[in-house]
Amino acid sequence: MTLDLLYAETEEELRSAVRSLLADRCDSATVLARAETGHPHDPALWETLATGIGAAGLLVPEKLGGQGASHREAAVVLEELGRAVAPVPFLTSSVLATEILLGCDTPESAELLRELASGSRICAPALPLTLAPGAPLPAALRDSGEGTLSGSVTSVADAVAADVLLVLADTGLYAVPAASAELTAQVPLDLTRPLATVTLREAAGIRLADPATARAAVAGALLTGAGLLASEQLGLAEWCLTETVRHVRGRHQFNRPVGSFQALKHRLARLWLDVASARAAARAAADALATGAPDAPLTVAVAQAYCSGVAVRAAEECVQLHGGIGMTWEHPAHLYLKRAKADSLALGTTGHHRGLVADFAELPAP
Amino acid sequence: MTRSTVTAEELSNRVRDLLAAHPPATTDRTDFLRARFDAGLAWVHYPEGLGGLGAPRTLQAVVDAELEAAGAPDNDPRRIGIGLGMAAPTILAYGTEEQKRRFLRPLWIGEEVWCQLFSEPGAGSDLAALATRAVLDEAAGEWVVDGQKVWTSSAHTARWGILIARTDPALPKHQGITYFLCDMHAPGVEVRPLRQITGEAEFNEVFLTGVRIPDAQRLGAVGEGWAVARTTLMNERVSIGGMRIPREGGMIAPVAATWRERPELRTHALHQRLLELWVEAEVARLTGERLRQQLVAGQPGPEGSGMKLTFARLNQEISGLEVELLAEEGLAYDDWTMRRPEGVDFTGREAGYRYLRAKGNSIEGGTSEILLNIVAERVLGLPPEPRDDKDLPWKDLAR
Repeated sequence: MTLDLLYAETEEELRSAVRSLLADRCDSATVLARAETGHPHDPALWETLATGIGAAGLLVPEKLGGQGASHREAAVVLEELGRAVAPVPFLTSSVLATEILLGCDTPESAELLRELASGSRICAPALPLTLAPGAPLPAALRDSGEGTLSGSVTSVADAVAADVLLVLADTGLYAVPAASAELTAQVPLDLTRPLATVTLREAAGIRLADPATARAAVAGALLTGAGLLASEQLGLAEWCLTETVRHVRGRHQFNRPVGSFQALKHRLARLWLDVASARAAARAAADALATGAPDAPLTVAVAQAYCSGVAVRAAEECVQLHGGIGMTWEHPAHLYLKRAKADSLALGTTGHHRGLVADFAELPAP
Repeated sequence: MTRSTVTAEELSNRVRDLLAAHPPATTDRTDFLRARFDAGLAWVHYPEGLGGLGAPRTLQAVVDAELEAAGAPDNDPRRIGIGLGMAAPTILAYGTEEQKRRFLRPLWIGEEVWCQLFSEPGAGSDLAALATRAVLDEAAGEWVVDGQKVWTSSAHTARWGILIARTDPALPKHQGITYFLCDMHAPGVEVRPLRQITGEAEFNEVFLTGVRIPDAQRLGAVGEGWAVARTTLMNERVSIGGMRIPREGGMIAPVAATWRERPELRTHALHQRLLELWVEAEVARLTGERLRQQLVAGQPGPEGSGMKLTFARLNQEISGLEVELLAEEGLAYDDWTMRRPEGVDFTGREAGYRYLRAKGNSIEGGTSEILLNIVAERVLGLPPEPRDDKDLPWKDLAR
């Protein structure tokens, strides 16, 4: 089977809708101003993205009020969100939580999917953002009987924006209203994706799945999340490259544009190559997930093992080649560097994904 | 010129007629290739009478697939690659009718092998700095050529060479160049093997001493050679394109196989490097596949200009790792015998050869540094470095 690595016309239409919304409502000054308040999420922006464009329900089947689209479309949305370091809970609610719920297949999960698709609720998986596909699932939360849950999970992304938390406990998967959880905001490296410690003290939850189903659903969601995160990293890297090229063309030192110096040109040409390659890797992962290709886990591991590094390198080059300006708080480069570095830890590090490649490609460690 | 609108179906019919009139099983190889050329099925996008039908270039794949399925002989494009890829498109673009009719048919059939007389010891990446001189003997209507070329693949088997030479040293370096078709059998053409890092002599040095080239073998106008050469070079870099590589194809294959078969060689440090390179090789494969899909969809992207850079770097890193993985065996080399291969054979030899030969990948066909400049300037739109050699007469340049 051949992967389709191009963008379909409908995907380009979706891209331009998302891009123009973000251009209007999510410029970097706005992102920075919100991040400084400690509440980066913009509920009005999310509502337009979620319901106006229908992004929240992209992966939700039409019969549940969603768009019934594929991972390819979700990937395009993530490219644009990465390009804008947009502080919206798309990855957490519309990808990870949605995929977990799709794996549950119960009336309760269907109801929750309907609400996510309509944009009336936001859902965050109560899992550490660093949790990787293929890694052992945590059992930090326990069911004290009758669906009352206790325990705590750290580094839960976008929990502060969520109405409902998806809680994995030893007895299954539960939907817990965020209002009944104790959320302690952490100071995040990435100012645009807030983290919190979620603590439950005998909180009541609705059971969505038995333990085996729950673990399979979470494992599947982590695979999808990791595969699609590559597209966010691609979009981020592209912004960094484009902005840096723009800067070095206009910035003059030694009586010439600094972009005319070969040392800089070669660095940027290499970065362009990396970004072009990251696009192929990210598209491959999105398409493999969309078509349920048998080797999707390998394709995802390849994309994550590659794209994380490209995004970090692009953001680091962006800071460096902007010179002093790149070190300032008011220039948005730091938002991209922080997102890129945090993304490289999210859903498995490069090293973790290389380990998965070793397994899938049968290249065992000594 | 009006382009005929030949369809895939008409081409299929022509292929069927060709196969019926010249059954591959009972037809001599060269006879078959002549008939194929004359039927316009050699390169379908070329004009009628010159091996083509003025059809869309994309339809060539239809013809090739049907002929291959029928067991028809091919023209060994590997052996005649320089003629096909570089000489032919340049002759088609700049040649006189007489030149096109004289050269394209034997070129395509492989009866005449071509080589490229461009690079010189003092003009590699700065190709326009070339010093080989061509002076017109007006009485004889011939050019007299003196100079030296280098890195000439196939010169020892070539019947013809595409040659650029300086015809006016008083002009700036890009302006005083003229393009010729050089008879490699002419008196004064001396081809010497150039032994390289691997021990082989894939390439040659070509010494030109008082070589006489009739003016009828000039391609393009006097002094317009640089523009003609750019056509050749652009075609040189139209690379990969149609090639599809399976996962773990290419240079990563032998090292991955060794890793699997020889557990005693494994170390943690090598494991990390192997996985990193395996991932990069897979991503490069996907990037090439994406480029191919873009071309098929009629949206060619600039990625092609970068693929050579990626493959050069990967080939070097992977083959370097392979020698290291082999440990003590990596100290040995398979064979230093001086040979004259007609092509590069990466898989037919051992790791040490691959390591050494891959060093050429970042030099041949444009160095990686020049290609990075091209990407930076043409893809990213970065300004060129200021230069002071463009308007000076060639004879006044420092050399």
